[in-house]
Amino acid sequence: MNFTDIIIPVLWFIGLGAVMGLLLAFASKIFAVKVDERIPQVTECLPGANCGGCGYTGCAALAEAIVKGEAPVNKCPVGGGEVAKKIAAVMGVEASEPVRMRAQVMCSGTAEFSKKKYIYEGARDCIAASKIGGGDKLCPNGCIGLGTCVKSCPFNAIKVENGVAVVDYAKCTGCGTCVAACPKHIIKLIPYESAHWVGCMSVDDGKTTRKYCDVGCISCKLCEKNCEAGAITVTDYVASIDYSKCTGCNVCVSKCPRKIIWSAKKQGRDGLIISRAHLED
Amino acid sequence: MANIFLIMLTAILLENFIFSKFYGICPFLGVSEKPATALGMGMAVTFVMTIASAATYAVYYLILEKFNLQYLKTIAFILVIAALVQFIEMFLRKFVPALYSALGIYLPLITTNCAVLGSALVNIQNGYNFIESVVFGFSAALGFTMAILIFAGVRERLAYANPPKAFEGFPLTLITAGLLAMAFSGFSGISFN
Repeated sequence: MNFTDIIIPVLWFIGLGAVMGLLLAFASKIFAVKVDERIPQVTECLPGANCGGCGYTGCAALAEAIVKGEAPVNKCPVGGGEVAKKIAAVMGVEASEPVRMRAQVMCSGTAEFSKKKYIYEGARDCIAASKIGGGDKLCPNGCIGLGTCVKSCPFNAIKVENGVAVVDYAKCTGCGTCVAACPKHIIKLIPYESAHWVGCMSVDDGKTTRKYCDVGCISCKLCEKNCEAGAITVTDYVASIDYSKCTGCNVCVSKCPRKIIWSAKKQGRDGLIISRAHLED
Repeated sequence: MANIFLIMLTAILLENFIFSKFYGICPFLGVSEKPATALGMGMAVTFVMTIASAATYAVYYLILEKFNLQYLKTIAFILVIAALVQFIEMFLRKFVPALYSALGIYLPLITTNCAVLGSALVNIQNGYNFIESVVFGFSAALGFTMAILIFAGVRERLAYANPPKAFEGFPLTLITAGLLAMAFSGFSGISFN
């Protein structure tokens, strides 16, 4: 064993490593591209889920748009006020807090309430099912329940319970990915703090709706008549709530004969959880 | 010329890096969910592998062989390839932004990819000259691109399949890859000698 047999390769590799290192160091100077240093700073502030809820391709793209001034600092619907404040600090402007939204599946027609027109055995995907006669439910505006929204959700906040998708509000960030994914367009974004929603989007008249679902809106207008704040209107045979007027008085929940005006109760610091109490009593 | 053609055919079909040598399985499984990303990865691999073949050829015959350090080729090649990819990335970013945005996110992923290293080592093993090495690197990468594209197409369909619970996700993906490899093993019966 010759001592130089070890020394020569070691020296060679030190040399090779040093040459490569220097080459890269010089290259990074010579080929440096001027990037606004605020872009990585803003990217750092964003949640990093790349959900696309802001309308840009990802968090990095939004950061670039914010720095360029093409997007407001509170554009990220997921991060909410806290993130907006951080970005505002980086950008040196005042932030106004965005209204936090949550996704809500506007269908109450679980398996025991809604009727089916055929047994679907195709690909487990709502878009595929909706191509065959609009899905297996008789109701043309009912949740198909095959979980296209579940797959699309970047935050794992949706699951299908008994044939209808249910959003876990603690996890929902209001990014709106599921709203775009749903082929039935029955997921809506509503203000996070709002307690009430109408769990039906059937636009057929009462008589038709009765035929295919036990919990469909029959446009009896009892909610509209009883709402003191005038927040509920029935148009196209379905009730809808104007959240700017709703006072959360709960009258509509007790008046609805089909029990499809839902009320979420506040619980803990996570915000809202779904309450099915009104269906049971 | 016939020799070059033979090397290409062998690298693409007979000894496909993924289906018969099992190099580069990581990107093959990782970025094959959509044909578009698979194509991006394939292009990045083609780009890097061709250039790496040339660079490692030079390093091996100009440095390692001169000083009898052939036994250190693996570590030397890793070093050279990693530095080279970093360098190319910076170069593209400055001068060819369009290519950078197309390949950019894939380039760092393949700095230490075993398919790239594998092609460099196979070049030495087979005693290819400079042109043969570059051709081999390029066509092995073409074979990789073809494999990952075919697989991405299959996976796109599989996403909507309704397999038994135990097969969902990766098990099904791996079985599919295995079946594809079996199909490609049909080429190995071809002999050019």
